[in-house]
This record gives sequence, C-alpha cells and structure tokens, in this order.
Amino acid sequence: MRVFVEGVGLLGPGLRGWEAARRVLTGEEPFCSASTVIGTSDLLPPAERRRTPVPVKLALAVGQEAFENAGRDAAATATVFTSSSGEGETLHHMCEALASAEREVSPTRFHNSVHNAAAGYWGIATRSREASTSLCAYDTSFTAGLVEAATQVASRGKAVALIAYDQPYPEPLHSARPLLASFGAALVLAPYATRRASATLELAVLPGDERPTRMSDSGLEKLRLGAPAARALPLLEALARKTQGDVVLDFLTEARLRVTVSRC
Amino acid sequence: MRRALREKRSGLRPCDFETARIDTYVGTVLALDDVRVRPDLLDFDCRNNRLAQLCLEQDGFAGQVAAARDRYGAGRIGFYLGTSTSGLHATELAYRRRDPETGALPADYRYAETQNAYSLGEFVRRYLGLTGPGFVVSSACSSTAKAFGNAARMITAGICDAAVVGGADSLCLMTLYGFHSLGLTSPGPCRPFDADRDGISIGEGAGFALIEKADRARSGATLLLGVGESSDAYHMSTPHPEGLGARIAMEQALDSAGLQPRDIDYINLHGTATKTNDASEDKAVFEIFGPETPCSSTKGATGHLLGTAGITEAIVSILAIECGLMPGGANTRSVDPAMKSNYLLENRQAKVTRVLTNSFGFGGSNCSLVLGVAQ
Repeated sequence: MRVFVEGVGLLGPGLRGWEAARRVLTGEEPFCSASTVIGTSDLLPPAERRRTPVPVKLALAVGQEAFENAGRDAAATATVFTSSSGEGETLHHMCEALASAEREVSPTRFHNSVHNAAAGYWGIATRSREASTSLCAYDTSFTAGLVEAATQVASRGKAVALIAYDQPYPEPLHSARPLLASFGAALVLAPYATRRASATLELAVLPGDERPTRMSDSGLEKLRLGAPAARALPLLEALARKTQGDVVLDFLTEARLRVTVSRC
Repeated sequence: MRRALREKRSGLRPCDFETARIDTYVGTVLALDDVRVRPDLLDFDCRNNRLAQLCLEQDGFAGQVAAARDRYGAGRIGFYLGTSTSGLHATELAYRRRDPETGALPADYRYAETQNAYSLGEFVRRYLGLTGPGFVVSSACSSTAKAFGNAARMITAGICDAAVVGGADSLCLMTLYGFHSLGLTSPGPCRPFDADRDGISIGEGAGFALIEKADRARSGATLLLGVGESSDAYHMSTPHPEGLGARIAMEQALDSAGLQPRDIDYINLHGTATKTNDASEDKAVFEIFGPETPCSSTKGATGHLLGTAGITEAIVSILAIECGLMPGGANTRSVDPAMKSNYLLENRQAKVTRVLTNSFGFGGSNCSLVLGVAQ
C-alpha cells in the first residue's frame, strides 16, 4: 500500500508543534523534555470547548495542525482516531462516582467517556460528515491506525487523516497503567502525490518479531516507549529528516509494519 | 436465536445487575456467572471476556476458525472486533476496593487485560490462536458494524485472507447509570417505534463472524455487499434531528453495493426506542426507501447491546435471509402515527435476499451494512 503524506501535526513533551519539533527530530536542536503544552483550540464553540476533556483537546490540536499543513478541508476528509488510553480523566471521575453511595453521574461526563469522544467532537468542530473510526491496539495503537488509514486511502481513493493521541491517567489508574507523557501525532494521507505531499510511504505488514526502529536520542527513545502514540516517533523522525529508508513499527506481538519512506 | 425470532420472544427482564438500583429492564446473559475463562487466559478474567468466550464456544464457531487457520495459516487471519466498554466493570469493582490510606487500586487489578479497549482483542486473538493483524474498534454503538468495513478493507488490501469480526459488550454500572442520567432508560421493556416509547433497555451480548473472500467462502454463505459510514457532526449524544448522518450511511452502503433502495427486502433498524433516535431514523429511512420497504428493530427482543448491536443485528439479518423471516418488532404495541416507514409489528415469512442493517452511536458515528445472497 502506498500513501502520500500531505501534512503532519505533533504535540509532545518538548515537542511544540510539527514545525518546532522538526528541528528537534533532525538534531538541529536538543530534545528537552517539558510538559506537553496543549493550546486551546478555536475549532469548537466556547460552550463545547469548556466541556471537552484534555485527550479530546490534544487530538483536536494535532489534527488541526496536520490539516493546516496539508492545506486540506477537514470537512471533506475521513478520519481514523487511535488511542490506547482513551478518556482517562473522565473514566476516573465516573468510577469514583459509581463507587460512592450516591452514584450521581454527570450526563456530560458519561457521553464524554466513550473511546470515540475525540472523533465526535472533531465532527462537531469541523462539520465533517465523512466516515470516522476510533481504534485501540494497546501499545501499538498508532500502527493499527496507520494500517487502517492506509487501507481507507486505498479503498476510497481519497485522503484520510490519522489522529493518534494518549493522555496519562490520573491516580489511581496511573499506577496501574503509567504513561510517561501526553503525546499526539496526526498525518493527512493522500492517495496520490499532491502539491503539498512531502513524502511517500510504502506500507507492508510482515509476520515476525523484528526489532522495531529505535530513536537514537535516549530521551526520545524513552518517550517512544513511554506513551503509545509516541511509537510514531521513528516515522516522524524520518519525515523530519527527509531521509529515505525503512522504518519498522511494532504491530501487536507477532507482526510488524515496515514503512518505506521516500521523498516525492 | 432462530426460534426466539420466530416466537417473537423478548429476553428483557427487570434490572437486577450487580448492585444497580435503577428502575429499568435489561438483557442479561444469565449463564455468565458460571463461565470460567480458559486456564491459560486467567489474567483476562472479567465479565466481558467471559461473555466473549461463552460466545466463541457456541455454534461450533471456534472450530470453524480453527479450520480456517489450517486453510490460511494463523498469521493470515485478522481480527477486527468491537466493544464500547470492554472490561470496565472490573475497574468499577476495583474502585470499591481502593486502599483507604493511599487510594491505590487493589494489587490484583489488571488494567491491560480488562479495562483497556484492546483487552477483548487480545483475549479473542489468544483464544483462537491467531497471529494476524488486528485491533479493536470502539466507536460506541456502531463499533461491531464498522468492524465489517475494517475486515473487508484489510482483505481487499491483501493484509489478511480472512478475518474474525464481532465482539462483546457486557453490562456495567457506567452504562446503566450513564444512560439513566441522560434520561434515556425505559422503566419497562423498550418499545422501538411505539407511540409511547420511552427509552432504551440496555443489554449485553457477543457475536462473531468469519469473513472470507467471496470466492473462497462456502456456497450459500451470506455476502457482505456494501458498507456505509458517516458522522453526524451534530451532538455527542443526540442524533441529527433530520437523520442526515444516518441517510448518508445508508446511501453509501447502497452505493458501495451497487444497489437501488428497491433492491432491499428488509431493513433491520437501529431503533433504540428513544424518542429522538427513532424519529430521526424514520425520517432518513422514509426519505430513501419510501413507505413500502418492511423494517423493524429487534432491540425489543435483545435490548440495546451497545457496541455489539452491529454484529448481533448483522446476524439477525443473515438469519432473516436464511429463514425467509422478517422479524416483527417485539414489545411494540402500536406504531407511532408520526412514523412513515413500513414498521413490522408481526413476523412476516417471505423470500429475503438482501437486508440493510443500521447501527448508530454516540459521537454521531453511523454505519449501515448491506448483506445478501448471490443472485
């Protein structure tokens, strides 16, 4: 399967947007881990903005950046959302309420608790009535999303956006599932080389347990392993460096995704 | 299920799930309490994975997958499964056992194997001995309908030769109290499309299907003819009042099947029995199909199985084709006069060759499937 990268969005600790993060990923600037800054998205009306949980804000922010970089209309583009952690803060509040004697749960929190909350708010924000899905494959959720997005590009013959995001849980869930940092990455993928396309990705799902591509910087490697969405980092590094070659991403335990990156 | 449909039986009963104190009806899988997960998968033990296992053991399904594994190889069978709440009930129970000093969850709480949305995927993958690529779709109540689209695309792209689709969604306090807080649970058994409908009955259920390329499938197998997916872009928990997203999903499903509305013999509706869902779905169905095409919701029989509504109603659609039976909607007494579609109150025996089935979820996530037999 072949897809063309039109736009990238990225937020992570010390990675403040794709343009700034590129300089870190190319090694021009050192990686300095700092709390992920998630700006307020102007995509949603103020009333909705107040109600949106942090993971949704993160997904919307990286999605919006990728579409801006791609110069593409989000309203006319299908989306694939992928996250290992989903809506942790909301889950915590709901479980706390359900463990109490009163069991008073908030209806807004309840509808915000679904794994596809980000996709729902994205639709409302962008007025997109295109198909949207929300996936999970634990630590390899990014790879699952990339494969799904690429098959959609192939079957629809139209652009598809991939939005991967993970937000650490509050305690006590954090101790049961510690995530290192808040991380989001988005790619707008097209079926052919458009004016905005900067790279070609050739994807192949392979059996086996080949060692996935690592980050040479130890801080970035720690991040790659610490947040499921950050498993995208080796691919993002190849895109930032405009290198040609293979990136291997893990896909569950017994398969790998080989992404051959080239310029276009 | 064939017999239950023929007898128009409803499995809904007053809610007695765990410690829930809500005046509503539910669809409970009573056998679950006695299910023990396979010893090698004990880490995954929770209500949702027990439900998945119980279902995999029905109708010789696990055996059919084993035969497919011999045919294709374990690495060439993908799995595209859906759930809305996965093993969330395990987390609900763990939150009652937090350390009074530190607030920590109990040491035996297993997040990855129960709570995470992928827990179901890993459990089913291991249970069936599959090593191919897969994931879990969690788009609320459209999850397992959308999984059919994932499987079809993956097979077309050559990523796998066959795929297991379906999933499990079990009762938990979050959905019972959550839907109750939205004022969407009915105090009685739900009555889709009824003039006096007053909300949903939540149920739990699981269902699985093996998808293969049409030229490799056994003769007489039902074909997945079309898939349509859309978003409402309207509200998180209320459907678009004119059923706009629903209409787009149905039109796309027909388009991708290369069919006209008149080619559909029966429509299995999403039909949850809330005021707004049924009204908007009726508008969308009527606009495309007009007043003739017979349609009904089987949620009066099963309850709303949330993430597994899609697979369950796809199976109902397959049975409708196999048995020549258009199931009348259980519990519904008189159809809301505002509804314009041809809602069936009684079972109808007729040749059924193509069925369209709808699944719509929170976040405005819509999916329609067209299933049929070769002509």
